Amino acid sequence: MNQSELNNKLAQIKDKLIAFEQPAANRIYLLCESENAFVVNRFLFEQVPARFVIATGIDSDNCFEIIYHYSYDQTGCVINLKAFIRDRDNPSIESITPFLPAAEWIEREIHDVLGIDFRNHPNLKRLILADDWPEGVYPLRKEVKK
Amino acid sequence: MNKSIKKPVLAVGPFHPLQEEMEFFQLTVDGEIVTDIDVRISYNHRGIEKISESLQFDQVPFLVSRICGICSASHPLAYVQAVEDIAGIKPPERALYVRTIINELERIHSHLLWVGLGGHFIGYDTVFMWAWKYREPVLDLLEEITGNRNNYGNVKVGGCREDVPNELVPKILKELDQIEKKTDMLTKAVLDDPVLHARLKGVGVLSKEDAVKYAVTGPTARGSGLDIDVRRDDPYAAYADLDWNVIVQPAGDVFAKAVVRLLETFESIKIVRQAITKLPNGPVAVEVKEIPPGEAVGHVEAPRGETFHYVRSDGGNRPVRHKIRAPSYVNVPSFKASCIGQHIADVTLTLAAVDPCYSCTERLAVIDRHDKITHDYQALLKLSREKTALIKKELGLPGIKTEDLQIG
Amino acid sequence: MDWKIWSLKKSPWVFHVNVGACNNCDIEIVNCLTPKFDVERFGIKLVGSPRHADALLVTGVGTRQAVKRLQEVYRQTARPCVVFVIGACACGTGIFHEGYHVEGPVDKIIKEVDPNAIIAYVPGCPPKPEAIISGVVKALAVL
Repeated sequence: MNQSELNNKLAQIKDKLIAFEQPAANRIYLLCESENAFVVNRFLFEQVPARFVIATGIDSDNCFEIIYHYSYDQTGCVINLKAFIRDRDNPSIESITPFLPAAEWIEREIHDVLGIDFRNHPNLKRLILADDWPEGVYPLRKEVKK
Repeated sequence: MNKSIKKPVLAVGPFHPLQEEMEFFQLTVDGEIVTDIDVRISYNHRGIEKISESLQFDQVPFLVSRICGICSASHPLAYVQAVEDIAGIKPPERALYVRTIINELERIHSHLLWVGLGGHFIGYDTVFMWAWKYREPVLDLLEEITGNRNNYGNVKVGGCREDVPNELVPKILKELDQIEKKTDMLTKAVLDDPVLHARLKGVGVLSKEDAVKYAVTGPTARGSGLDIDVRRDDPYAAYADLDWNVIVQPAGDVFAKAVVRLLETFESIKIVRQAITKLPNGPVAVEVKEIPPGEAVGHVEAPRGETFHYVRSDGGNRPVRHKIRAPSYVNVPSFKASCIGQHIADVTLTLAAVDPCYSCTERLAVIDRHDKITHDYQALLKLSREKTALIKKELGLPGIKTEDLQIG
Repeated sequence: MDWKIWSLKKSPWVFHVNVGACNNCDIEIVNCLTPKFDVERFGIKLVGSPRHADALLVTGVGTRQAVKRLQEVYRQTARPCVVFVIGACACGTGIFHEGYHVEGPVDKIIKEVDPNAIIAYVPGCPPKPEAIISGVVKALAVL
């Protein structure tokens, strides 16, 4: 697919998105609520199909964000799916590892450093923090200084 | 119910010859065949993403250059590309060429390092010595250009910190010829050896389907038939101006990955030659004022695969969020797919074929949940070398004397 | 001179431990073995277990997860032994000193189990093989 065909393909998932931004020909940002992230991720990985790169967890102003980054190598387009988790007290989102093994580690990492729960993750064990790291301290949250 | 007895295997494993390591993979075996793997990584976690938030934009390249010694050029480049994207900065053309030269020289010495390690794991310590010896001229070149054998500190937001002096060009070209000759010799020695064909083919196969599911990149992907390379797919630096090939091999085994790395080294030499001869005149940096609010991604093709950085700015002088993804973060988990079903004699080699960059991800080893050692690294390494010796015998070849280095 | 010290000086067997390094120092250490630098001619040998070692070569900042492991390795190392702390990270945590997962530097971790440990520092980022060899040889001469 060329870039305009890719854009048309992505339009198929429009109803699950809050917004579609394209700051450059090869950079796309899709915004959605966390409830729809699973379906959009599945669409990106299986239907487009695009290559999963990584996910970025962010402690944002009044919510948590998880940005899922994909690469559509045929056109060099990076597609970033921003999912907003509005519940700051019990942040949780559906895991995409069941259909995308490549996401296993990063979901575990985000769970470690931001305290976000990934529902139905097959193996949500501690990944990068030490065995004796205190529970409930999430280093990448803004309130944790050094 | 499964009737076979499952024994955990413990390999305290350096995959670089010196390192005795700390945990990480829990392998379960059925007899001598691997049946499952679980991973725990933490020994190398330094909390770099958080440190980045306390540094100014122009200090971050020095931090990320030290994520990993062998991807020392690719991390800062991916980062500055993201920041330049946020700020709409276009570095001068000469800077793009210098960046290309440094990154390709790094690819050359990184691939040679890998060839040496691969040799060590199967008992070809002569290959190890040769490969690491022939790396040295590349490191010397990098030292002449940037002032350091490693941690070049060469990129900054807006261009490069140092230029390649024009007087150095003839020397670089001459060195490249020598490096090419030696690489050619090493390649022939490796690829024409029937023992290596027997030892490496069919071992540690990562199918194309699994390569996609685990989203692998770099030689790990290209050795499984995936035709992807950031330099061609989303060109950066000067790659779009130069003539070179992406190397892809379909078989997915360790041999295929070795072929990809060796042939890529020749392509890198080609790229550096062209970049050096076509070096445009002009400055190597533009002035950078502030970084406005915004977000962007930057990615480059490091020796191990795609290095990907995401940066968010709020208009201040520090990044608000900096996400770093090294290629090994996706390549190493694929070890699960390529290792299950393998004999334990092939475990170290299979993992090495992914060319994990330990600091990029973590240090890896295997632990027994009952703290019982059934096979430590030394034992696994011995098994690997014994398999090579057996193959030599079966092929009726005279025993090739490989120095027994006892280095690990 | 104590014959154990004499044999250590004559032909030190070293064991390498990485407690959170970027691999640059580690690779430069391995480079010391390769033909260009060839430390084996000085009698320096790398061994596979701390029990056979006279000296430790430690690289890395000392991450939280690595602390106990490093202390265990130190306890297992035969005495007398010298701890060579290689690189800016191991000497003083370098650029990572603010990291939330960093518990080093290395001398602090070692001194928790042995306040009288013999420690020699080879700074650099990474120190070149020449510097590592020079540092090791110099320290042994002083012992």
